Amino acid sequence: MNGKLVKTIREAISLSGLRDGMTVSFHHHLRNGDYVLNQVMAEIAALGIRDLTVSASSLFDTHQPLTDHIRSGVVTGIQTNYMAAGIGREISRGILGKPVEFRTHGARASDIASGQAPIDVAFIAAPSADHMGNCSGKFGKSACGSLGYAYPDAMYAKKVVVITDNLVPYPLQGWSIPETNVDYVVPVEAIGNPAGIVSGTTRITRDPVGLVMASYAARVIEHSGLLKDGFSFQTGAGGASLAAADFLKKIMLEKGVQGSFGLGGITGYMVDMLQAGCFQSLLDVQCFDLKAVESIRSDPRHQEISALHYAGPSARSAVVDSLDVVILGATEIDTAFNVNVHTDSNGYIMGGSGGHSDTAAGAKLAMIIAPLFRARLPIVTDHVTCVSTPGRDIDVLVTQGGIAVNPKNGELRQRLLDAGLPIVEIQELKARAEGITGAPKRLPRGGREVARVLCRDGGQLDSIYHTPEEAE
Amino acid sequence: MRRSMLFLPGNTPNMLVNGAFLGADAVILDLEDAVAPSEKDAARVLVRNTIRYMDFRGCEVIVRINAVDSDFWQADLDEILPQKPDLILLPKSSSAQDVLAADAYIGQKEAALGFAPNTVRLMPLIETALGVENAFSIASACPRVAALFLGAEDLTADLRCQRTKAGREIEYARTRLVVAARAANVDVYDTPFTDVNDDEGIQTDAAYAKALGFTGKASISPRHVEVINRVFSPTQKEIDYAYEVMDAIRLAKEQGRGAIALRGKMIDAPIVARAEQTIAAAREMGLGREDRA
Amino acid sequence: MTEIVRAASAGTLESSDAYVEIEPAGQGIEIQLESVVKGQFGESILAAVRETLAGCGVERARVTVSDRGALECVLRARVEAAVLRGRGDC
Repeated sequence: MNGKLVKTIREAISLSGLRDGMTVSFHHHLRNGDYVLNQVMAEIAALGIRDLTVSASSLFDTHQPLTDHIRSGVVTGIQTNYMAAGIGREISRGILGKPVEFRTHGARASDIASGQAPIDVAFIAAPSADHMGNCSGKFGKSACGSLGYAYPDAMYAKKVVVITDNLVPYPLQGWSIPETNVDYVVPVEAIGNPAGIVSGTTRITRDPVGLVMASYAARVIEHSGLLKDGFSFQTGAGGASLAAADFLKKIMLEKGVQGSFGLGGITGYMVDMLQAGCFQSLLDVQCFDLKAVESIRSDPRHQEISALHYAGPSARSAVVDSLDVVILGATEIDTAFNVNVHTDSNGYIMGGSGGHSDTAAGAKLAMIIAPLFRARLPIVTDHVTCVSTPGRDIDVLVTQGGIAVNPKNGELRQRLLDAGLPIVEIQELKARAEGITGAPKRLPRGGREVARVLCRDGGQLDSIYHTPEEAE
Repeated sequence: MRRSMLFLPGNTPNMLVNGAFLGADAVILDLEDAVAPSEKDAARVLVRNTIRYMDFRGCEVIVRINAVDSDFWQADLDEILPQKPDLILLPKSSSAQDVLAADAYIGQKEAALGFAPNTVRLMPLIETALGVENAFSIASACPRVAALFLGAEDLTADLRCQRTKAGREIEYARTRLVVAARAANVDVYDTPFTDVNDDEGIQTDAAYAKALGFTGKASISPRHVEVINRVFSPTQKEIDYAYEVMDAIRLAKEQGRGAIALRGKMIDAPIVARAEQTIAAAREMGLGREDRA
Repeated sequence: MTEIVRAASAGTLESSDAYVEIEPAGQGIEIQLESVVKGQFGESILAAVRETLAGCGVERARVTVSDRGALECVLRARVEAAVLRGRGDC
């Protein structure tokens, strides 16, 4: 059979049998450079199909046209793991009738696999593909590296459409997703804008507060008892997290620690650590910069993993279950260590869990790095606006004004105290921050639920309520 | 204890309000080079408010005012002195007269404010060739002078040479300042290392400054603060030795002996003085014997 | 009393700062506030602006504050600097 190659996206949509009320899915490795979601949704709208649910591993502000499809009734449901601030603001104002379903990266994979979150048609943006649908993110002008989050979509959707701007002769060498999963292949001019897909380099912060926090974070890891041969580590792409990785690298090299693996969204800094001998391998569900893409293409120690393998709670095991340390961020954290990464302090959606809750649940040491205050808002509060990751999974909060250890973790607290680190109670950090900023007035909550935050292992963790237009 | 001093630009709120958290023993709130002439007025008010309202939590507050040959320095002092900063860093101090001009003005203000004389100390910033040659007379100009401070960027411009990482061009200025300051019995601080991304360079540079006799070192990046603090802190070995010296003295006194030997070496007054300094520094860092009970 | 005789401004629109504009007005104090933390701190910002103006002896002025999350000591400094630049006796 040679009938998979289809000339246009519209034709592929028609062939897929997409009808009113179905669910379409997208992955986010092209990040803010992605063209595919907008192209596909425009064609769907032109075909007059309505009442769709969009299941996207993440939504970026480049996907803003989605809000028009919501207003026109083409889209009536959204399931995602992360939503950037531009779309988030409109969702928070209540443009969507049904609450958005927020999952973690791991839970999305598990729910797709189990059929709890079924997909009718998956659209895979593929930087390279052959005409039978073998595809990869490692090659081509739109190379993004790993396609980890697209695996469950490809494996479990009823129909799978691969969209590529680099059609190569069969068989594509070094495929990630095999033709066995693919129904149609559509060549297009461009699947994304390379400038928005990966950054040239991710840079360490020069923000002084970020550097102080990063230095504390590295010392917490150094004295946690976990930094020994076989050590495994994940960190985000935020400035302070990268700086912490850089400090950690120095400590590991000084002490001659032979780590096991680095995990997660991978940046050039993790590649540096691999190349310096800090780790045996990198397990990569998403690449953040060109250096990471180059590494996954050329270094066999740098391996692509699927979202299920990364963090799936229903998997027989996932890598997060073997993880020692993860460094995470927070927009708010409360005195019970609950973390909010979904909304800003005004209640507007501006993020999501992604792998936050997955790694926090799995890692032996889950550390939050956050400043005492951002501009005038204290980060530590009595109650977070939204619980994204429950406090029971968070071990340490690192701020520039001191380090708080979750009381459940007395042994760690003692180790850090013995190392001379500035350990304080989390209530004290809140008091210090409010001493500087003043106590903020708590904002009234809107009445209507605009999003549900689902637990990674089933059930609902919290709700996000609508935020009315600012009263003037 | 003042090992590290961190410069913070005087008109940048985000940096100023975090000054206490950056790990430095002292912060230098800068009204001079970091502030454009058109913003001097606003920076002055901002720095004054920052000192008045922010809790610096044991971190010393130093203000770099504008030089005495500028139009700004008196207005700077008018605004800042009522907040009782720990030190005033006086840029382009080239002669005792420069220092005495500032001293006289500060003295008047202190009296008017009801502060005890010499409450606010001066730290002349030596950054001209003339200043280096006048270092001792500057250091001993008046009791208000607490320390000398070497500024290599402006100095090398004045010397018409390149500023290099190795720093051979400031060798003479460094040693001259250390000798002048010690002769006048004041502290002495080394110029910042300016490559914020060179972690080995700052380590080497700070260790060299300590070896020459500097009390501490300034920094323009919080990344350097940790290294500077480590380099200018006494090591555990030095602390242990200092306690041994003091123990030996106590024992000798109890036994009524005059001359004291430790590990075959005579303990004289300078060794005792150094041991006392080391123990004082160790106690400030919580590393004293008393803190380890 | 300090008279505001010309339009003047101080501060920046950077995070943790505030940009304060002041201009002459016929009667009383009129304040326009735009702030990223209006919900949490709006009232206390207005109170601090009024208090600072009173402390400077300003009784008549139109003031616009574009706040980017400035701490109160920063906000007060920016208001005071704007007054210094807009007042008559300098």
